[in-house]
Amino acid sequence: MSSEPVLEAIDIVKELGSGAGKVRAVKGASLTLVPGELTLLMGPSGSGKTTLLSILGCILTPTSGTLRIAGVDTTKLGPEEMADLRRKHMGFIFQSYNLFPTLTALENVRIALDVRGQKGFAAANRSEEVLRDVGLAYRLKSYPGNLSGGEQQRVAVARAIASSPSIVLADEPTAALDGENGHAVMALLARIAKEQHRSVLAVTHDPRTLSYADRVVRIEDGRIVGEERRPEGLDAPEIADLTKRRKAHA
Amino acid sequence: MILTLAFRNLFHDRIRLAVTLVGILFSIVLVAVQLGLYLGASNMITANIDHAKADLWIAAYGAKSFEDGGMLLTPRERHQALATPGVKAVIPLVVRFAEWRKPEGGSTRVVLVGTDAEDGGLVPFDLVEGTWEDIKAPEAIAVDKTYLNELGIKGLGDTAQIANGRVRVRALTDGVRSFTQSPYAYTTLNRSRALFGDSDNTTFYLVQLQPGANVQKVQHELASRLEGAEVLTHEEFRDRSLKQWLFRTGAGVALIGGALLGSLVGTVIVAQTLYSSTKDHLSEFATLRALGSSSGYIHKVILAQAGISAVVGYLLGISIALTILVFSRNTALPMVMTPGLAFWLFALTVGMCAISALSAIVKVTKIDPATVFNR
Repeated sequence: MSSEPVLEAIDIVKELGSGAGKVRAVKGASLTLVPGELTLLMGPSGSGKTTLLSILGCILTPTSGTLRIAGVDTTKLGPEEMADLRRKHMGFIFQSYNLFPTLTALENVRIALDVRGQKGFAAANRSEEVLRDVGLAYRLKSYPGNLSGGEQQRVAVARAIASSPSIVLADEPTAALDGENGHAVMALLARIAKEQHRSVLAVTHDPRTLSYADRVVRIEDGRIVGEERRPEGLDAPEIADLTKRRKAHA
Repeated sequence: MILTLAFRNLFHDRIRLAVTLVGILFSIVLVAVQLGLYLGASNMITANIDHAKADLWIAAYGAKSFEDGGMLLTPRERHQALATPGVKAVIPLVVRFAEWRKPEGGSTRVVLVGTDAEDGGLVPFDLVEGTWEDIKAPEAIAVDKTYLNELGIKGLGDTAQIANGRVRVRALTDGVRSFTQSPYAYTTLNRSRALFGDSDNTTFYLVQLQPGANVQKVQHELASRLEGAEVLTHEEFRDRSLKQWLFRTGAGVALIGGALLGSLVGTVIVAQTLYSSTKDHLSEFATLRALGSSSGYIHKVILAQAGISAVVGYLLGISIALTILVFSRNTALPMVMTPGLAFWLFALTVGMCAISALSAIVKVTKIDPATVFNR
């Protein structure tokens, strides 16, 4: 498997607003994502992590800096070309799940394939397969309103990975979930990164997620202020202990 | 999935869907009725012209319509026309408003049509009781069943007075309505002249051409020979009659105006509903955009919503319009529905809904996919 970066962000700056109300939300952030890793982007509220995630997800354009997705420089791309990059390379998981309330779980996954031009039986089969993979074989025909928070987030995960994107971006994936469901979703994301060899980046401030990370990138006031990587050979609980020890030492 | 999403978005809020469908339905029924009446009126106005076997019509200068032929023509024009190269026959036709005095008292106006069927000009059509032979009998006349009450008679055998003489109903037509609301009464040419005290004058001459004759050339030649008379083709006379009754009287303008108003109301209602539906589903469209859908994909969802509304609204609307059509059959102004009008109404509904979708598309074009992170 290739470990070439699938996403490279170099010196990203993002200014929001205009005139006297202009705010620099991201101040020169650089980040690289490689396949097979679950990276956490952690920081306090207002630190710019969601803005950076939006830029990395080709949803917002940076004020300056370079973003390359699978080797493609996005600097001069228009909205439709950015949408094309999202379609080809990315899957998204949102804090509020953002499922379509009028579609069943299966249809919610199918629509993500449909926008990519994957239709018919193949798309239906693939949607069913990923929903089974996230443990929702028994909920295929259920509407979001009839699913628990954890189940809805698992549908969102299935939707994100259905098209086998090289990058999965998650915004606070556990924020709306209880402990058990939060752990289940993080375990799922870690498994997707490892078994399916994808780059998973999750924005979070939930400490429960630390134990699942291969790498933790810390952002404060729009700047990347630190990065911790799980030592080779350590499993999930060990990285959690390591984080605790580092905090105590600091 | 585009259709599924469009369908679910629409049917998710059934009250709003009902409002949309009522809007489309109201619009379709209004347009169908107005245009159906317009077609019905047009058919009434041109029925006699269409049934007459004439390549050209000679009328007094300034003749306004079939019923209002103006000054009478003399045999001189007939002889001049017959002497024109290319002319095979020139058939006189008397059409004049006349006073119909009812047997029990009172009177009403009729349009008396004097024709000789043997000449092959205008043969009374849609006869349901009696024949042309019966109309040739002394005092005989044919009227339409629809107007029996208005004419103060019960049916065959009843008598009345027209102008200078007595007439007896010997034949009945069915469905030969008059836009002027003055019923047509058919009799022979000579009897019509006798009733008015004329010997050989006539309202129109129906000109039949020899095979292979050039209509425009003969028309031009006739026009140059006949002073004080106009020579019109079938289409020109038809158009003139329609213009007179539908546009100079304002009746057609009112019908077309009603149809336009119906289209406008329908468009506004559908636009308002689609816009508010799109606004309600904006976050879902933003999610679609974030997932990488092209703006074209989202536009298709909105257009599909408009299309579904159009098809369902049309089916409901046309069903009601057809029901009204059935009930209008025996009225003085029956509505007409043709396959062409039905298709045109469908195209109008789809067009109306597509235009309505524009406001929603403009709204959705401004979606910022970044809003998906702010929910």
